[in-house]
Amino acid sequence: MKFADEFRDPAAARALVKSITELAGDGEYKFMEVCGGHTHAIYRHGLERLLPPSIELVHGPGCPVCVIPMGRVDDAIWLAGRPDVIFTTFGDMMRVPGSDGSLLEARARGCDVRFVYSPLDALKTAIDNPARQVVYFAVGFETTAPSTEVTLARARELGVRNFSVFCNHVTIVPPIKAILDSPDLRLSGFIGPGHVSVVVGSRPYQFVPEVYGKPIVIAGFEPLDILQSVYMLLAQLREGRCEVENQYSRVVRDEGNPAALALLAEVFELRAQFEWRGLGYISQSALKLSAAYAEFDAELRYSMPGLRVADPQACQCGEVLKGMIKPWECKVFGTACTPETPIGTCMASPEGACAAYYNFGRLHRETAALVGRPRAAAHG
Amino acid sequence: MCLGIPGRVVEMTDPDAYLAKVDVNGIKRAISVRLLADSGIAIGDWVLVHVGFAMAKIDEREATATLDAVKRMGKAYTDELDAFRSTGVG
Repeated sequence: MKFADEFRDPAAARALVKSITELAGDGEYKFMEVCGGHTHAIYRHGLERLLPPSIELVHGPGCPVCVIPMGRVDDAIWLAGRPDVIFTTFGDMMRVPGSDGSLLEARARGCDVRFVYSPLDALKTAIDNPARQVVYFAVGFETTAPSTEVTLARARELGVRNFSVFCNHVTIVPPIKAILDSPDLRLSGFIGPGHVSVVVGSRPYQFVPEVYGKPIVIAGFEPLDILQSVYMLLAQLREGRCEVENQYSRVVRDEGNPAALALLAEVFELRAQFEWRGLGYISQSALKLSAAYAEFDAELRYSMPGLRVADPQACQCGEVLKGMIKPWECKVFGTACTPETPIGTCMASPEGACAAYYNFGRLHRETAALVGRPRAAAHG
Repeated sequence: MCLGIPGRVVEMTDPDAYLAKVDVNGIKRAISVRLLADSGIAIGDWVLVHVGFAMAKIDEREATATLDAVKRMGKAYTDELDAFRSTGVG
């Protein structure tokens, strides 16, 4: 890897790193990136190593695959085991372990589990297989919820009866609040999610500066975007400002996507509470189908076990998701738990912090060598 | 699954169902443009595609930059392209 390959504009990247280093001085800053896509980009490009030691990036709970609790995966596998069911899911969920294996293993046992790229492919599977029941495993934040909304609206328009949704959509604001309320972690600010904000806009984050007094900068996914956001956060703190800023304004509008938000309000309603892996039960943090779409709700159509299942004892995904420990500080990281045989979700999902670090940790060290920073040794 | 990948609208496949064909790095598949119905999607527009849905209109410069960035993600990009190739809604 070359510095010039990593950044479209290496000179701009170098200048930003220099400005960040000057602005940070000898202060200590801890910024959390909420989104799994950012975590992936940070590790993939070795960005943490470009930053001065005074800045720590903490990885947050923004990978929707990672936060699904084990009991929900068990319910999914239970659904996949119904003889008349074709169970459809994104590829990323296939390898997430439940208490008795993954959907991939269920498929190997003979369950009809099919990968789909789009929920509309799941709906098409239902239309093409009228004698079977097709269940779609809906996961994701507000980024992905609109795809489920449109699919459900379409299912109703077409009167598809053999299609239902096992809804596990979660919302972005409650976990940010939970982290801000947690005494474990003292953050200086947030790198705000990019694609979620394409849908929700920048307004839902106003509480971060207003109630908690922390800055938040919505960021794009290029390495330069992330460096720029770190710079913007530092500038706010050094100038005594505290705001929601939008570094990704070329894609994210303040009002988000109004059509997606309107449909969201029609198709979904908030659950009273939902269990998050590592964060426990958080009130009003997830979506279920609204009464108007109840006929498509797999949770009403089937009597799933719905059991709460504790994470394996060895697994420290919870602490990783809350930013309390780094992936490599987990007892089983890289030994019992690897991307091939994941114990926890953070290793099972390609966007999980553990998988990202496992795959790209080496690149960190290379980037560090390029800019002459010795931090690689400290992080193994 | 959370990747947003730029595509260019090449055909309005089924306007009633809000389906349009987009070209992502040479692969052409139908996706839903219903979430952008209010913005008036036309052939030649660049959009950010997520799980088979156009999420936002973007300009060509942004599209090129984003495509460059996701290409540099290596396996995450090739997996996403493989998934996109598999879709058959149109």
